[in-house]
Order: sequence, then structure tokens, then C-alpha cells
Amino acid sequence: MKRRVAIVGIGYAHLRSMSPEVSYREMVFEAATRCYRDAGGIHPSEIDAFVASSEDFMEGVSIADEYVPDQLGGVLKPVQSIAGDGLQGLAAAMMQLQTGEMDLAAASAFSKSSNILSKENIVSYACDPITVRPLEENPNFIAGLEMNRYLEETGTTRQQCAEVVAKNKTQALSNEYASYGAEIKAADITKSSPCFAPLHQLDISQDLDGAIVVLLASEEKARELNREPIWIKGIGWATDTPNLDSRISGWGTAEYAKLSARKAYQMAGIQCPRKEISLAEIDDTFSYKELQHLESLSICSPGEAGSQLEQGAFSNKGDFPVNLSGGNLGVGYLHEANGLQKLLEIVLQLRGEAGKRQLKDAHTGLAFSWRGIPTATGVTAVLSNRLS
Amino acid sequence: MRKVAVVGAGMTNFVRRALETPSELSFEATKNALDSCEMNLSDIEAVAHGSAPDAFDGIHQKGEYLSDGCGGWNKPTMRVYVGGGTGVHALVHGWYHVASGHVDTCVVVCEEKMSSALPHAQAFFLTIFDHTTERPLGPTLLWIFAMEMNRYMERYGYTKEDMALVAVKNKNQGAKHPASQFKKEVTLEEVLNSETMAYPVSRLDVSPVSDGAAAVVLASENVARRITNKPVWVEGVGWNLDTAYWATRDLYYPRYCEKAARMAYDMAGIREPDKQIDIAEPYDPFDYKALHHMEGLLLSPPGKTVDLLRDGHFDQDGNLPMCPSGGLLGVGNPIAAAGTMKICELFWQLRGEAGERQVPGVPRLGVAQAWGDLMQVSSVVVMGK
Repeated sequence: MKRRVAIVGIGYAHLRSMSPEVSYREMVFEAATRCYRDAGGIHPSEIDAFVASSEDFMEGVSIADEYVPDQLGGVLKPVQSIAGDGLQGLAAAMMQLQTGEMDLAAASAFSKSSNILSKENIVSYACDPITVRPLEENPNFIAGLEMNRYLEETGTTRQQCAEVVAKNKTQALSNEYASYGAEIKAADITKSSPCFAPLHQLDISQDLDGAIVVLLASEEKARELNREPIWIKGIGWATDTPNLDSRISGWGTAEYAKLSARKAYQMAGIQCPRKEISLAEIDDTFSYKELQHLESLSICSPGEAGSQLEQGAFSNKGDFPVNLSGGNLGVGYLHEANGLQKLLEIVLQLRGEAGKRQLKDAHTGLAFSWRGIPTATGVTAVLSNRLS
Repeated sequence: MRKVAVVGAGMTNFVRRALETPSELSFEATKNALDSCEMNLSDIEAVAHGSAPDAFDGIHQKGEYLSDGCGGWNKPTMRVYVGGGTGVHALVHGWYHVASGHVDTCVVVCEEKMSSALPHAQAFFLTIFDHTTERPLGPTLLWIFAMEMNRYMERYGYTKEDMALVAVKNKNQGAKHPASQFKKEVTLEEVLNSETMAYPVSRLDVSPVSDGAAAVVLASENVARRITNKPVWVEGVGWNLDTAYWATRDLYYPRYCEKAARMAYDMAGIREPDKQIDIAEPYDPFDYKALHHMEGLLLSPPGKTVDLLRDGHFDQDGNLPMCPSGGLLGVGNPIAAAGTMKICELFWQLRGEAGERQVPGVPRLGVAQAWGDLMQVSSVVVMGK
């Protein structure tokens, strides 16, 4: 039997579109300080290991791992970096606790995207250097192609994708850390300028700065800290091929979401996710992604997400609220910290600390993140405020 | 804690300029490791891989790009990095995948292709420095390691010749490694007379620029016993990172290395490392670093390491063979892959399969260590029969 692991502290700082007054190190320091205080006043010297999630090119530093320990309080401690989503970093920290060698571990991620001059230029460096990069296209064209394929395969409509944006941006208005909330209708989305057909400008999430730090504890330690712990019931991550032309299940489904969810549900003992999970925070980097991910996460059958959305199933009053925080479209796009924002929202909801957008009787939540164009990597985490 | 074993190992040749893509290099190492234990990708539950900066290969999200070459197709795949320490750290990364109970089998792969950087990979190291305080000075890695080497020699009265002895020993040992970048032996005079890069560092004090990949297969105890009757156990792991503000530290002693080593020794139940460890593979990108790390690993008393070296204590047939693989100086230094090469070496040595490089007797415990970032991080793994 694997050791149980819980989240005992979480902190965030400077979640907004620009943060010229702080460096990324100061930002992480603030988030870490809040996280340790949230855990009941942990001193960093009590923490056994630290994990940061980052990608060099987005930070503008090679071996970004060098600049991790100081602001987390991790100097001369076991510290490592995961080149992946914040939830992958969370999984690494969780596995370290489950070996039985450690009791407290911190996971962190940040985005300082306001420092990035040309994001698309960097993303094009993630494309295959021989087959895709020479096309010299803005890599978002891949999302346009995928959306087209998804709509075609599932019969989902353009209009339904626009409804996702309207839902999430409206929802973001009740979230104090969301930057891109707006009272907006689906019709406004399709009126925004076309980008990568069939995508329009408002279908694409916008960049956000910010840092998030999470503290994990083994079961014994969590009980000792006497803080209402949020249990990580299941976690799974999966990578499909990065090659655009060899994804066997095609472009209509997100195989990485399916595989990661299967693992996470199995670990959490979840048979029917739609019934057993109270709410979800799901990647919506592009509007259609929320629907595609919902289907691949087995929340509904292929082709059904769009119509269920229209019926309000995924709104704050629906049977399965999705992205109450506002999602990437409403909160913003946090690069490697995306997953931790989803985790943050689930933790706040399960603790009953989500303010105006609090869902009643929430007991189990799902956080799912995707690593963006052109990758096919996703992470699913199932969290709960009760152990059984 | 669940026991974790290394059951297979494989690597590519280390070369100056590989024609293969980074993904193909990863594929070759992974396949060699799987073939060595007669396993298929379908037997593997997860991939734990590592690679140092994206800048070398010139690929953003390099871990994603490398994933299917590493065998990570439709599998849980995660890339870890701690700069130059990545190669040994990737084994730690794979270890907790298995030790935590998440999976029973895991491939650990590290790759680096430094020849894509033109004219020289060294230029990319400029981007590892602090953007405000250090980058404007235009530093290179050779400069800061020259400072460290100077400080280390000055502290104990070691000479350039003392350091060069390590280069001679490792390079000549490396000539026996089938995957080595070099086949030619060097003399002490050649090392001492090689071109000065940044005093006191001369060209042959430094490991070369290389392309390559290395991989091992990990399995939980029950599965390992079904795969092989000669599993090599991961007895202890440790890792540690010091402050990024390296100019605030005294460079003569790698305290992060000692901390990582103590963590690994504690886990392995080792009380007297210098007596209990049979083989050491300290990280040797520069000749002085091998000695520096032997002290940090508590395998040699600080200040006495050169005496032991001159007495042949660290030779292939010495009391404590150091870098029997030939190390980075002798085999080559594709950053992350070089650390994993050391893990492969311990695996082969402990199984008695190291050919010409085999240390005599029946070695029972080996330690591998890698180092990186801004003279800041160490990863340590203790392996045993």
C-alpha cells in the first residue's frame, strides 16, 4: 500500500498580467512565505525536499535550476527541477514522500511571461527542428488544425467553443486572482479577429505572471500539523508522441488526457468520474481544448461536451462545474505554473475558501493540465478533503 | 521502502559530432539498455529522463521532443534536470518512481547533443549566469572553474602537475572503454604543455565536448528477480543544491557534495565510506574535480588526496579505484549522459562485466556522483550487489 500524501499549505503571489515591481525570485519568495505560513508556520529548514517546474527558454536562463533554492529556503537541501508542468513537479514531490524517506516536500512553479518578448518565436523552437520548424509558421496554427479536426470528428460546433470562452471569462469575474474576466457573450468571441482558423483571438488564453508554491506532507506529518489536509487521491501523467504526424488516436481526442486520467482514477478508486467528482479545473488554453479534454477525461462521451455545455452542465450551477476559477481563458496562461493554478483552485474549493465562487458541498476535485502546443503531455490529479 | 534494482544498461558511443538527432541518440541508448536485459518497451511502465540545458540542442521543451526517442510514447514520461548533475540525478528520479510504488519498471535515459551549438557549446554557458550581476562580465565556465581550481590547489598546496596526474590516469583508462571518444593515450607532459584556457586550466585538464546518450532499466525487487539473477541494487541516493550566489561561498570544499553523500550513505547504512566503498565514480569534467569530489564524498581526507593518488590508491587495481570507466576525461562529456555513463559503469563493474576495465576482486559497493549548475549541486547514488 502506497503512503498517503496530502497538501498542507499553498501560497500564491502576483497573479496578474504584469509584475514589473518584482523579480521572479521575489515573486517565488512571497508565494513560498505565504505557503509556509498557510501550513501553520513551517520553517523551510523543516522541509525535506524541494521541486521546481520550469523550462529554460521561457525563463531566459539556461539551467534555470540554479536559481531555485534561495527564494524557497532550500539552500543546501535536496532540490531538483522538473522540465514539466507544475503538476508533474507535484507528482515528483509526492513520489519522494511515498518512498518513506521524507515527510515534507515543497513544489513550486512560476511564470514571468511579461518578460517574454515573443512567445510564439520561442514556442516554434519546441517544434521538430527538421519537419516543422522550417515552415516558419506561428506554431498556433497547430491548434487551428487540431480544432478543425476535433469539430469535424465530434460534430461539436464553433458556437459551442465560443460558449466556453463566455462561461469562463464571466466566471473569472468572481475570482480575485483572475486577470481576464469579462462580461462577454459567445457572439463577441466570433466577432473578434480571426487568428488561426477556426480560432479567433478571444479563443486563445492570454499570458499571466505569478508564482505558486505548494507544501506536501506524508499522512503522519499532515495529521501532526493538524491543518485540514487536502489529500492527493490519485495522480497520473502521460505523453503522446511530440510528432504531429504520428498520433495514432488522431487529433480529435487527447490521448494524453485519457491515459493520465485512467491512471489517476485507478489510483483514486474512481469508477464514474462524473458522479464521484464534485468539480474540475481543466486546461482551456484554447477554447476547444476544454471540451476535448472533458471528453478524453471521460466526463462525457465524445461529441457530447459541447451540447452539455450549452445546457449549462459545466456552469457554476450545473451538475459538474468546470473552471470555476475562470480557467486559462479567465485567469490567464501561466506556462509551467498552469497546473498549480488548477490545483490552487481545487484546494481553495475543497477547503471552502473560494469566496464568492465557492461550490457547496465540494468533496472531490479534478485538476488537469496540458503542456501546450506542440506537446502531447497532460497531467491529471484527483484531490479530496476526505480520506475515504 | 521498496527495493529498487538496476537490471540493464546501455549507451551510445560518445563522439564529438553525432550524425543522429538527439531523439535518435536517446533511442539507441534506450534500446541498448532494454536489449541488455531482454526486455521490450511494452514491459516498461514509465520513463524518467534527463537532459541539461535546452540551449545545447536548441530545442525548447527538449524533454517533450526527446520523449518518444526515450521510449516515452503513450507512457508516463518526466524529465528532470539539475544541470551537470542531471545524469546521476536521473537515476534518483527513476528510483523514486519505483520506490514509491507508482511503477514496477522504469527506463532512465539521459541525452546531450552539444555539437549542434556553433561554433562552440561553451557560448551557451553565458546564459547560465545571473542576468544582472554576472552576465554583463561575459564570463565562461572555464573562468569560474579556474577560480575554483586555483582556490582548491592553494588551500592544500597541490600543484598543476598533481592535477594533471588525474587527467593522465582517467584518459588512459578511458582508452579501454569501447564507447570512448578517444583511443589515444596521453602523457603528463602533453597535459602540462597543452594550451592554457584560463589559468590554471589547460586544454587537457578539461573533458571534451561530446554527443551521446546513456540509459539503464530499473525494476522493483520482485520484478528484478524475474529479469536477472544478477540485479544491482540502488542502496542509497542523495542530492543537494547550494545557493545560486556562488561568489558568497568558499570554493575549496564542496559542502553540497558532502551533504548529498551523507544522505545516500545514511540510506545505504554506510558508516565508513572510505572503507566500505569499493569503487568510486566521482564527476570529473576537470581533473581537479575528481579529487575535489573524492573529498566531498568522504572517500579521501581533505588535503591528503594527492598523496593517495600518487600512491596508486585510486588506480584500477588500487584500494579504491576511482573512475575505472575513464570518466568524463577519458570517455567523453555529453553533459547529462556522462553522469548516467557512470551509473552504467557501476552496473557493469559490480556484475563483473567491465572487460578490460574490470577492477580486481569482488567489488560489492560502488558510488557514482555528478555535479553541476554554478558549482552548486551534487547527486549521489550508492549501488551494491
